[in-house]
Amino acid sequence: MINSRFFNRSELLGFLALAVLLIVILPLSLDIFRLNLVAKYLTYAFVGIGLVLCWGYGGILSLGQGVFFGLGGYCMAMYLKLEASSVANTKIQSTPGIPDFMDWNQLTALPFFWKPFHSFPITLLAILLVPAFFALIIGAAMFKRRVGGVYFAIITQAIAAILTILIVGQQGYTGGINGITDLRTLHGWDIRTDHAKFILYFVEVVLLFGCIVAAQFIRLTKLGRILVAMREQEDRVRFSGYSVANFKIFAFCAAAVFAAIGGAMFTLEVGFMSPSFVGIVPSIEMVIYTAVGGRMSIFGAVWGALLVNFAKTSLSESFPQLWLFGLGALFIAVVLAFPNGLSGIWADHVQPRIDRLLSSRKSKSVAGMIADGAPAE
Amino acid sequence: MFGDYSISDLGAILAMQGFAGLILFSVYVLMALGLAIIFGQMGVINMAHGEFMILGAYVTWMTSNAVQHTAPWLFPGYFFIAMILAFIASGALGMLVEWALIRHLYKRPLDTLLATWGLSLILQQAYRSIFGAREVGVELPEWMMGSWQATDSIQIPINGMFVMGLTILITIVVFYILFWSSWGKQVRAVVQNRVMAGAVGINTEKVDRYTFGLGCGIAGIAGSAFTMIGSTGPTAGQLYIVDTFLVVVFGGAASLFGTIASAFSISQTQSTLEFFLSGSMAKVITLLTIVAILMVRPQGLFALKVRK
Repeated sequence: MINSRFFNRSELLGFLALAVLLIVILPLSLDIFRLNLVAKYLTYAFVGIGLVLCWGYGGILSLGQGVFFGLGGYCMAMYLKLEASSVANTKIQSTPGIPDFMDWNQLTALPFFWKPFHSFPITLLAILLVPAFFALIIGAAMFKRRVGGVYFAIITQAIAAILTILIVGQQGYTGGINGITDLRTLHGWDIRTDHAKFILYFVEVVLLFGCIVAAQFIRLTKLGRILVAMREQEDRVRFSGYSVANFKIFAFCAAAVFAAIGGAMFTLEVGFMSPSFVGIVPSIEMVIYTAVGGRMSIFGAVWGALLVNFAKTSLSESFPQLWLFGLGALFIAVVLAFPNGLSGIWADHVQPRIDRLLSSRKSKSVAGMIADGAPAE
Repeated sequence: MFGDYSISDLGAILAMQGFAGLILFSVYVLMALGLAIIFGQMGVINMAHGEFMILGAYVTWMTSNAVQHTAPWLFPGYFFIAMILAFIASGALGMLVEWALIRHLYKRPLDTLLATWGLSLILQQAYRSIFGAREVGVELPEWMMGSWQATDSIQIPINGMFVMGLTILITIVVFYILFWSSWGKQVRAVVQNRVMAGAVGINTEKVDRYTFGLGCGIAGIAGSAFTMIGSTGPTAGQLYIVDTFLVVVFGGAASLFGTIASAFSISQTQSTLEFFLSGSMAKVITLLTIVAILMVRPQGLFALKVRK
């Protein structure tokens, strides 16, 4: 049944809780260093939202989301790098006006695929279109031939490996293992200051809510229901006359675009982009965040990205040895015991109690629940 | 590209490069055989397969140290003991993992991938805590060092030949177990139809556990052989896992013969390209070719013809 309202009550509460936390509580209570860390975690939430659509709803597990995260991030980084390597800034190089790592690798001219990134509007378009196009090619080649499930996961993983090896190997064109570093300004605006980081955080939160609304929209339309139907009984959907492949391609492309937005924001927040955010390990970690948050819940994915990364930072700061044990155990526990992640726990155990509480004591406001800051769907 | 070499040089290079490819082929086959049993036969995606291999490598390393200190006279033959120990250790761990983890997930293949990834993280950290983060290498007995001078310009390392011989032996044993023994018949029956296999009196749970254990045990032997040609670190397994999965998928998941054929073509392509291009580009081109072929022929090279 299609909900007549865009968000039902619990989703609206989840939305509000997240909004209050991200827009009011965190900026007021954290210093700029910690807020920047939160901004970094949130970039993975974009990937998570995409994975909810494509994995949770569509049943397509992609282990190559790092590819799209990286493509978005690299598009942004190329623009920033070109701006940072103006002729005036790079006059000590043997070829002024090209990025420093190209000069170190004896390149004397800007490669052709770098040239469009002189322009800011083209860069913004590229951040959205390059990953979408890439996903379209992969998706069309695979889904039209009805490759799915496990095979799709392994092939996307291989693509992540290929792209990483390519970036590391072609040092002169991509900056190699160090990535693209030393980024300074965005369209003349210095992104390294505290003030800029503060503003970027809010830009990111707004984008994130935009993506949440977009994903919610996809989920509630007929398209979203076809995705679920495909996941459950692919053949029946096909026999009903729907082009299964096209719907899968759409979900995969949408997930790729969300990941790319996250990647571009990552470059802006952190100030560099490197192949270590592209490969197999980061790609699987992104799946972990989504699984922990709940693969069926858009808000759950955001919470998952925030909480797992928060745990990662605080655990690896104090007990570097324990972190991998914890992450591994968390993953096994989520898969074995809580396939729907935190949002599943919330929906099964916490939500009913709150509902009971609300119906017995209607006067009690929802403020207490928002302050809890627990995941909600 | 060929201008600087004479014909005989080129021949020697081709032979030696081909042999390097054969060693790579042996490692791929050893790793992929275990995976082909687990993934191809059981449908479980074991992302921790590389870590089972590394366990075998560490067992070999410990055996070599123990033999050197307690029974030096045994040293020339320690490798055979180590291999058996590696098989037992990895196989036992595999059966434990199957019991604790995998058997709950047979109906959710994608979730086995995630759970075993978690397992691989735990195992990696365990190796790092126990054996240290640095890579370790075993000392080879004297008869394994050096190389065999085939002609003036062709040299073939003896440890490489040993690994190849081992691969052939293990492949034969695996084929024997799966296709001629009655236990192998049970395994194949469970793979083809679990419910019916159970109905005719096969203990499917037990078969699953031993099959998984066998796959992991072979990974342990692979790790043991791996120490002959390279050093071992806690994260070395992860480097090979994607390649190995591609080998299995490329060959056609349910076909052991396909696995061997694809391991051969992939390793030969890669080692030949490596001579002409940089290592990373050779790898990229090899992997891209595999992915492209898989897009055209998703069922792999040798697929069983089954009606779905």
